[in-house]
Amino acid sequence: MKKEIAGASLDVNEEGYLTDFAQWNREIGTELAKEEGIELTDDHWQVLTFLQESFNHSEPLSIRGIGKRGPVSIKQFYELFPEGPLKKASKIAGIPKPSSCI
Amino acid sequence: MKRLLILGAGTAGTMMANHLRPKLARDQWNISIVDQEKVHYYQPGYLFLPFDIYQPKHIKKPIEKFIPTGVNLIQEKIDKILPEENKVLLANNNVLDFDLLIIATGTKIAPQEIQGMDGPGWRNNIFDFYTFDGAKALRDKLRKWQGGRLVVHICEMPIKCPVAPLEFAFLAEDFFRQKGIRDRVEITFVTPLSGAFTKPKATEILSHLLVEKKIEIVSDFAIERIDNTSNTMIDYGGKEVQFDLLVTVPTNMGDEMIARSGMGDDLNFVPTDRGTLQTETQENIFAIGDATNLPASKAGSVAHFESEILTENILRFINKQPLKAEYDGHANCFVETGNGKAILIDFNYSHEPVEGTFPFPGVGPLRLLKESRMNHYGKMAFRWIYWNMLLRGRHLPFVTPKMSLAGKHFDDMQEHEN
Repeated sequence: MKKEIAGASLDVNEEGYLTDFAQWNREIGTELAKEEGIELTDDHWQVLTFLQESFNHSEPLSIRGIGKRGPVSIKQFYELFPEGPLKKASKIAGIPKPSSCI
Repeated sequence: MKRLLILGAGTAGTMMANHLRPKLARDQWNISIVDQEKVHYYQPGYLFLPFDIYQPKHIKKPIEKFIPTGVNLIQEKIDKILPEENKVLLANNNVLDFDLLIIATGTKIAPQEIQGMDGPGWRNNIFDFYTFDGAKALRDKLRKWQGGRLVVHICEMPIKCPVAPLEFAFLAEDFFRQKGIRDRVEITFVTPLSGAFTKPKATEILSHLLVEKKIEIVSDFAIERIDNTSNTMIDYGGKEVQFDLLVTVPTNMGDEMIARSGMGDDLNFVPTDRGTLQTETQENIFAIGDATNLPASKAGSVAHFESEILTENILRFINKQPLKAEYDGHANCFVETGNGKAILIDFNYSHEPVEGTFPFPGVGPLRLLKESRMNHYGKMAFRWIYWNMLLRGRHLPFVTPKMSLAGKHFDDMQEHEN
């Protein structure tokens, strides 16, 4: 599927997750966040960068892992990305939906 | 003499001992299996114990009964693995050397991970049914409980048998109806997932059943803590769920021995190749069943399918042949839905459960993703199969370790990224 955002045409899956991280940039991230009703601050960016780095190192992502190794506590993670923070933050970060749910 | 060591004599470890003993020459390979427990529990039976459908005697047998002759059973607590030295330390300071190691130490509940869970309410109005003691304590509670707000809850994924909490909710609904107090019980299913189950097609069918049985669902609930004075669960986003009786599936974690050995992930699961079952730690160390970090269900059926593939890979490894990445994530689960019916689901890493027939394409007799009495009889017959065939490493006729696509109704055969 295609999605037009921030003047770019992106490949996304049926849930709206980018299928090619190379197409992502900060502007696109900002626009994707707006769609979720989130105005990105430095704290948000720290989390998004952490998620992207973990993804690039093929490290599995989980809420527990964010609390343990990430830049914010689980509580703050929920404040930054309310309701389903990992799903939302992954979408904004341009990485696949984490498959921590089996 | 070479030494093959298996850690854990649960479902997976016992199956491996039974598979490998006949295949490895006794004058060349010594096989030992280590487990501190004396009792082997039929864990799928924990679901039925709380409702007095099974009695304890149906689900407990001596662990040694299933260890084949020619395999040395060592009943001692494991301290840790020293991978680089090819040694395992036991709690009694004995040292076991190995040429090949199989880790099958499973998963345990960790109620201490959630603040307020294992406090004053534990086994008073907060119960688990993932342990024998928990299921039995819950049975005693349910025998006298007169109604109120029952909450069935999952703390975080992954958990052993992801369908069991739903089955518990369905069976509880049936149980209270039979008891004539259904109108006095409010049942709520609370999950960290976005829906009833992890796979979309099955979620659709199961959600429908929840509505039919008047079971309310609260999804995307990530528990932070329990307030023991108001009997309320509070999630990280501030959502609250009040309960009179909480039946929870606490966080599931791998054995602490894995952490002591420095071999685990955040939840003490062992990073393992999802196709070959070789650990990332070292090439002569393999892992199977719930102990691994595989993105497959933690379930006996998974351990069973893995055991057939791991047996082949162990033999290849010994013969210095390349391993085959054959495990496809195949899982096969009966889902009890109450009223003497069940649903059967069959899925793997890339294909979600769909409708169809099993094990014979077009014939059945079991129906996939449809409620039927035959499926329920299948689940009930499974206890016999478990004790007499599965644990003893006998191949189940017509059931293949890799998932068969025949007789299944795939709308579109797209491969899901998992």
